[in-house]
Amino acid sequence: MALLEKFRQLAEAHEALVRTSTDPFRVTIERILSPTEAIVNGRQMILAGTNNYLGLTFDPECLDAAARAVYEQGTGTTGSRMANGSFSGHAALEHELADFYGRRWCVVFSTGYLANLGVISALTGKEDVILIDADCHASIYDGCRMSGAEVIRFHHNDPGDLHKRLRRLGERCTNTLIIVEGIYSMLGDQAPLSEFVALKKEYGAYLLLDEAHSLGVLGEQGRGLSEAAHVESGIDFIVGTFSKSLGATGGFCVSDHDEMELTRYVSRPYIFTASLCPSVIASTRAALRILQTRPELRTRLWNNARRLYDRLKELGFKLGPTLSPIVAALFERREEAIGFWNGLLEQGVYVNMILPPAAPEGGSLLRCSISAAHTEEQIDRICQAFESLRGS
Amino acid sequence: MTRYEEILLQLYEILKPFAKDGQSLSEDTELLSDLGLESMKVMQLLLETEERFDISIPLNIIPNVRTVGDFARQIEQLTEQR
Repeated sequence: MALLEKFRQLAEAHEALVRTSTDPFRVTIERILSPTEAIVNGRQMILAGTNNYLGLTFDPECLDAAARAVYEQGTGTTGSRMANGSFSGHAALEHELADFYGRRWCVVFSTGYLANLGVISALTGKEDVILIDADCHASIYDGCRMSGAEVIRFHHNDPGDLHKRLRRLGERCTNTLIIVEGIYSMLGDQAPLSEFVALKKEYGAYLLLDEAHSLGVLGEQGRGLSEAAHVESGIDFIVGTFSKSLGATGGFCVSDHDEMELTRYVSRPYIFTASLCPSVIASTRAALRILQTRPELRTRLWNNARRLYDRLKELGFKLGPTLSPIVAALFERREEAIGFWNGLLEQGVYVNMILPPAAPEGGSLLRCSISAAHTEEQIDRICQAFESLRGS
Repeated sequence: MTRYEEILLQLYEILKPFAKDGQSLSEDTELLSDLGLESMKVMQLLLETEERFDISIPLNIIPNVRTVGDFARQIEQLTEQR
């Protein structure tokens, strides 16, 4: 097969999709109006697929911090921290995140994707084993591949299956890293974390928790599922992102293991990437302060999520198993999901469409992510759009 | 009967539901081109095989498995390591 031949099948699938649908992979936001509204295809849309859980992308404190940083420190760092050095903001953000989690160490990465790649590939190598929940994010799978470790999947959210696989590993358990997520991005369900922590302790393994979708969303202080489940001390490594509740881009890992600090010297995704630009660091620091001082944002987020989840359930949609700011409507047929997604766009509601094989169990999803910045009226308009398309 | 042959027989049983009507299975049967196993079905096959042999199959072996015979040899190694 010639080099570019493999793209033919992809091109055919793409052409077939866009014959009957707006191209879901090339939606352009022509003008962003607020955390929850934008002009798309010349039409004003309610944005219900942004992961902007606390709605901080237009918060005045975050905007001011970012703008000041641009004027004072310039638009970019133009290189990696290893080569060009760190700006004081990088180090300050790491200290603030470590303090927030009550951990000794924090390393910041340029994206959440790179955080998983960087941490997993630094912690594990050929002699080690990684046990991952089957529904983990692609960045975790890619980090596993990069590490060269033996990678074994266990059934999603199934402590019994994890137990069985730890038992099979025997003495190798002390060389094993278990990886789970706080809230899963597709269906919004949560890991049974206390049971996973008990297992990792019983077998002497290590546990990495990705709180990308749970930071700022769960826990009284917003520290995520580990806080909500009261098992923070049982988690060896917490990975998170700045691109959801913190409204920017970037990622991090916190830990009490002193070796965390040494990962900087071996983590290729940390070493060979340009560091985060000053404005992103500044707005993230402001957002982290807001996350800690305005718990009412979390209350509003959950009220909004409940309003949408309950109403869609009442309307008969098959939803993810638990209430969450990720409200996913499940469709058995791909074509049905595509038709519905286009219908929502026509009604001024933008959600994420997830088609096989990206969705769990081969189904299709229309995934809404709710924000504290949504108004009740906006949530009601989303519900009305779903209702009007039901059965169509 | 060797251990490899025993494993092959068990694999034929597991793979029977994946085979097209009247399709016979041999150690040279290719999982992708002959049985048409795409990624979701491969995952299902792995789960069923893990249960049958009480082993965990690392994802790393997948690129080395083209035929039923390749799969049997990998399982043979994994069961020996137990």
